[in-house]
Amino acid sequence: MTHYLMSVIHDWDNMGLTEAEMQESFRLTDAFNTEIKESGHWVFAGGLTHPSNSTVVDGRKGEAIVTDGPYAEVKEQLGGFWVIEASDLDEALELSRRASAACMHPVEVRPFEGMA
Amino acid sequence: MPDSQLDPAGAGATIPDQISEEIAGIVRAEHGRVVATLIRRLGDIDLAEDAVADALIVALERWPADGIPPNPGAWLTTTAGNKAIDRIRREAKRDAKYAEAAMITDDTPPRDDGPVDDDRLRLIFTCCHPALAVENRVALTLRLIGGLTVGEIARAFLVPETTMAQRITRSKQKIKNAKIPYRVPRAEDLPSRLGGVLAVLYLIFNESYLATEGEGIRADLSTEAVRLTRQLGSLIDDPEVVGLLALMLLTEARRPARVSDGALVTLDEQDRSLWDAGLIDEGHRLVRTCLATNRPGPYQVQAAINAVHTDALDASMTDWSQVVQLYDQLLALQPSPIVELNRAVAVAELDGPEVALSIVERLDLSAYHAWHVTRAELLRRLRRYDESRDAYDQALALIDNEAERAHLTRRRRSLPG
Repeated sequence: MTHYLMSVIHDWDNMGLTEAEMQESFRLTDAFNTEIKESGHWVFAGGLTHPSNSTVVDGRKGEAIVTDGPYAEVKEQLGGFWVIEASDLDEALELSRRASAACMHPVEVRPFEGMA
Repeated sequence: MPDSQLDPAGAGATIPDQISEEIAGIVRAEHGRVVATLIRRLGDIDLAEDAVADALIVALERWPADGIPPNPGAWLTTTAGNKAIDRIRREAKRDAKYAEAAMITDDTPPRDDGPVDDDRLRLIFTCCHPALAVENRVALTLRLIGGLTVGEIARAFLVPETTMAQRITRSKQKIKNAKIPYRVPRAEDLPSRLGGVLAVLYLIFNESYLATEGEGIRADLSTEAVRLTRQLGSLIDDPEVVGLLALMLLTEARRPARVSDGALVTLDEQDRSLWDAGLIDEGHRLVRTCLATNRPGPYQVQAAINAVHTDALDASMTDWSQVVQLYDQLLALQPSPIVELNRAVAVAELDGPEVALSIVERLDLSAYHAWHVTRAELLRRLRRYDESRDAYDQALALIDNEAERAHLTRRRRSLPG
């Protein structure tokens, strides 16, 4: 089994979803979460607040340098994520397809090197 | 001895330059099977490649003196298997963890009965997995299935060897880290995944077809693509594989007539006596097989279009109404403006240049040189020479192929007034 991160890619300022679609995506995502908890693929998942709520901390030189985030000034930012367990990439891709359909956003899937 | 430390890209077999044509042929023919079997047994692509490279060195030492064994594939598999065990033992002394990780998923219990065709099919699907970038799929397929060296692949695609080595290394790392499976896809995924494999083979073929300066390794790519497609056809029963093979053969058959004095010769002007009759016969036979199977797909229809062209003794005898019908079928299977453009060329022969031009003008293809070429030719036939000249100029500005440039320059110059 390998752990994969499934990142939900959001264009936060232009979600492209109506209020009704948004509500539907929450409902579908809840249902998907229940399914993958039952099938044993679930490790952890969460949705994030707007990237303007983020703060960048650089502690490499001892004292922390704190700046307003996000770190990368790009349109697409992380919207939320799942950590899943899958037997191989094909299984992870199938879970990603279902995740993307449920949350109504593209999903990027990436293997972990290791997990504590 | 090749060493994985010195040879991180698994270029391993740098010896083919020194060995006889016969041994080189065997090595290419067997490489895919042998390496595929070793990958299943060892669960590690790099180790499998290194072991096969070791076995090739032994073969080069022994075969010239002892003769080629009756089953060279089985011999290479056994020898490579032994070399792999040697390597694991050597490495184990240095690092006990080396052999621990089984990095590629394998659903079947290990077998020891020499090369297994299933393994090769698995490896093809691994190399052509949609999670890999398409240029990486091409490189990996030529390296692992085709047995070409990294240097040969780099020269064929006109990129530096280090770039190609990096492409192959990164792809192998992704297979390992992301756990791209080593298996034939499930039945419901098979059509789409097979489509991905065929696209890779067609890309390899086209790379050679476009290389009109066509010598050496770039021209060899078409042979390689045909060989790989034949292999795939022997492993999987699907009419699209047959269609792709027919398409390749019927295209390849015309190669001797495609370039004359460094300039491209268009289909209507080609000396058809130069076409390869053997390839055309085989291509036509395969197209008939497809028609009998009656499960049409885009490659089969393109092959059928080529069969109509290669059926005509000269261009004026082409059955254009059939060509247009086949393009209609192709559009229904695979709608694309480029197919519409090619259809328009056939429509020009059937319904005249005016009808064809009205189709062409509707297409949003102004970044594509063939669109300008088609316009130029149709405008010429409508005696709108100034517009035709402009269209040739726009096509020439988008072209980087010398043979095609020579052809278009000549066409442009031959416009009246």
